[in-house]
Amino acid sequence: MASYTLKINNQLHEVEATPDMPLLWVLRDLLGLTGTKYGCGKALCGTCTVHVDGLPMRSCIVTIDGLADKSITTIEGLGDNKLHPVQKAWMEEDVPQCGYCQSGQIMSAVALLESNPNPSDEDIDAAMAGNICRCGTYVRIRRAIKKAAKLS
Amino acid sequence: MEKNNTSIYKPGRRDFLKNTALGSGAFLLGIQMSCTDRNKFLTGNPDATFAPNVYMSISGTGEVTLIAHRSEMGTGIRTSLPLIMADELEADWTKVKLEQAIGDAKYGDQNTDGSYSVRMFYPQLRKAGATARLMLEQAAANEWGVDVSECTAKNHQVHHTSGKSFGYGYLAEKAAALPVPDESQIKLKDPKDFKYITKKTSIYDLEDIVTGKAGFGMDVEIPNAKVAVIRRNPEAGAGIKSYNADAALSVPGVQKIYQMDAPGFPMGYERPLGGIVVIADHSWAAIKGRDALSIEWDRGANHDYNSADYIGDMSGLTKKNGSIKREQGQIKKALAGATQVIEQDYRIPHFSHAPMEPPCATAHFKEDGTCKIWAPVQDPQWTHRAVAGALEIEPEKVTVNVTLLGGAFGRKSKPDFVVEAALASREYGGPIKLLWTREDDIQFDFYHFSCAQHMKVGINADNKVIAWLHRSIFPPIAGTADPNGKQASTFELCMGMLDMPFDIENVSCETNEAPAKIRIGWLRSVANINHAFAVGCMIDQVAEARNMDPVDNMLDLLGPDRNIDFGSMVDGFWNYNEPIENFPWSTARFKNVINTVKEKSGWGKDLPQGRGIGFAAHRSFLTYVACAVEVEVDEGEIKIPMVHFAVDCGVAVNPERIKSQFEGGAAFGASLVLMSKITVENGAVVQDNFDNYLVARIQHAPYETEVHIIDSQEKPTGVGEPPVPPFIPALCNAIYQATGQRITELPIKLA
Repeated sequence: MASYTLKINNQLHEVEATPDMPLLWVLRDLLGLTGTKYGCGKALCGTCTVHVDGLPMRSCIVTIDGLADKSITTIEGLGDNKLHPVQKAWMEEDVPQCGYCQSGQIMSAVALLESNPNPSDEDIDAAMAGNICRCGTYVRIRRAIKKAAKLS
Repeated sequence: MEKNNTSIYKPGRRDFLKNTALGSGAFLLGIQMSCTDRNKFLTGNPDATFAPNVYMSISGTGEVTLIAHRSEMGTGIRTSLPLIMADELEADWTKVKLEQAIGDAKYGDQNTDGSYSVRMFYPQLRKAGATARLMLEQAAANEWGVDVSECTAKNHQVHHTSGKSFGYGYLAEKAAALPVPDESQIKLKDPKDFKYITKKTSIYDLEDIVTGKAGFGMDVEIPNAKVAVIRRNPEAGAGIKSYNADAALSVPGVQKIYQMDAPGFPMGYERPLGGIVVIADHSWAAIKGRDALSIEWDRGANHDYNSADYIGDMSGLTKKNGSIKREQGQIKKALAGATQVIEQDYRIPHFSHAPMEPPCATAHFKEDGTCKIWAPVQDPQWTHRAVAGALEIEPEKVTVNVTLLGGAFGRKSKPDFVVEAALASREYGGPIKLLWTREDDIQFDFYHFSCAQHMKVGINADNKVIAWLHRSIFPPIAGTADPNGKQASTFELCMGMLDMPFDIENVSCETNEAPAKIRIGWLRSVANINHAFAVGCMIDQVAEARNMDPVDNMLDLLGPDRNIDFGSMVDGFWNYNEPIENFPWSTARFKNVINTVKEKSGWGKDLPQGRGIGFAAHRSFLTYVACAVEVEVDEGEIKIPMVHFAVDCGVAVNPERIKSQFEGGAAFGASLVLMSKITVENGAVVQDNFDNYLVARIQHAPYETEVHIIDSQEKPTGVGEPPVPPFIPALCNAIYQATGQRITELPIKLA
């Protein structure tokens, strides 16, 4: 066990963990930030997506030992206490069904729009292909991304 | 999580509505709210509660609390059922708070399955809301000393013709003191006055979901809870010869390791599969500890199960005469006399539910012998019974709190994973959060049955379809729990096979034995998946053989407008648990959705090379659906640019959520047609995560899905499952149009 200081949503958190502990379980089990969800544990479904230094990462395979000096953003810290334009677009399009994968979908969409403010359908497919939604909300995810591109 | 319960108290029993399903409650719930409203005519005694039935209460501050008694897995039911009450109650939705019910028989049926929530509760919940509305009006009339006919409830207030008004909060205490009106006095709203029913309303949890605050089963946090994972025998249900936990116990954070007994065969729906349970401080330690286990497995009753061989055997059996479940005319003679006979075999594999949230449950078995559960379950009352049974404690000692479900599709009906958590909590002596990893979920599911079908259709010299032979063989759901359940039962065959609606003189529908060799469960739309696929693809071939347009062919086969008398054709005909008199099989309604899709989809338009449009229609769960799917096939890669659905589900209670169910149903169907497959080798499931159990991603799902809802005053029926069945053959038929290849096996493999 070792002690780590993590910067998450602009706050510093100190945790005790083994170096191989994935960020997903640090967030959920050690810090109670349960907005980031478990889906597969192998970076196959995107449900656990967070931002590390602004880039979308699957927190289930990012281990804690590489996160010193990095800035982590989770769904809880996305809007800075107000709704992010992507969250607003998600609500306006009534995207979620069960909602479980949507934190990860939103985090992927935000990262896409930050790097590409006006994505084409192909860009959206490429950026969102790693995020599974079993309810099948894909039509609305695409629509909401396009709407958010206009809102922001 | 416990905070939800502290605000709930029992305001006292009232025998209101005692002759209806609503009135069966043992006690009533109300929520106490603080009073801040300054307008004394809007609010009243802050301690007052008007709780006319188990589903609702109005506080003296005017807050309406509605109980969501069925489980939210993504259909929107947690919003749509309370919305029905709110409408009749004339409540302001922005002043409504929802409470999720615990599992308790006083709420009536809570088994959120089979697409019947709205169908079953629409009449009762309207009556419940309307009764409360009348009592509020009566309370206002008494205050003013006028006749109740001069008082009208509207948007959280009761108004008098003179212009005076009282808020619901002010009236709550007064209404609570009134006798319950006789049922004959209760007036339901005229549909033209609906304020929420048939209008768009966003789901109650929308903002919580997009901000990560929504509470799923995985998110339950109980102080001092440990996390448990279980290593199960890859051959589900088989036992353990020996194990060594030394390495696992040395993993930091691992607290306890013990053996949970295997259930034996058949495995049943609610018994844990057994295995080695690893209990640790957090999920990661539990998973690592489990990886470090060394186990010698026993073999079980299904070690010889190889799904590829088995489906071949079932397919062979479809060539033989089976047990006849529907028979009209003389099938053999008719086929012998036909000028054209179309013959086709169809196969589908096992599928897994794979909800994004795998099964999980939190249990706290306490020293006082009580057990509290927090879990994402479709059937909280079954969960309640199963936990009490497994712990051998009185049912009243168990409380089942229902969280949001991160998807379910039928998987979370079965309470096996909750029983695991309860047993682990008792063994550990403290609260346990039991986690299924994705590997557990895909390897130990209750799978959709694999199925082999054989069809023969005869056409005579007048180009008329005269013979219909359909054999369908699959291991039945019952086989999971009953060793005698070796053959598909009538209710399974009534999902798309025995309820074949075409006006054909000679019909034989048959099945045969196929014992279950793995846990079989129900997956979104159940046997309709099998039968809609075969029937929908066969009908397309029949159209071609008759040289007819597929839509015209189906309209022709349906014959004259009528309600089909299946009761006289099929012994024990199953109409989704409803008498067929109440929910007839109407060919007119079926034709209406078909014609609507034909018109809206631009059916018959010219398409470029490599594109195709396919059509199918199917009634399931008493809802009529037609579907047209457009595909684009480029070097074997299939894209679905457009889908049109027409749906007649009676009164469209929440049209926005109906549309979302159809959009999602199309994506779900795309997974089944294009890529999903579970195979079993020597009793063990081969696939274990999303890299080998493939499901539709954004680029595979339909690019656009248009949903045309028929404006209907018929009784409402469900929409969770009905989108899936017709989509499957419509997509297959579209692929045929684009490629010339008939699809007879799922998932498809293009040559």
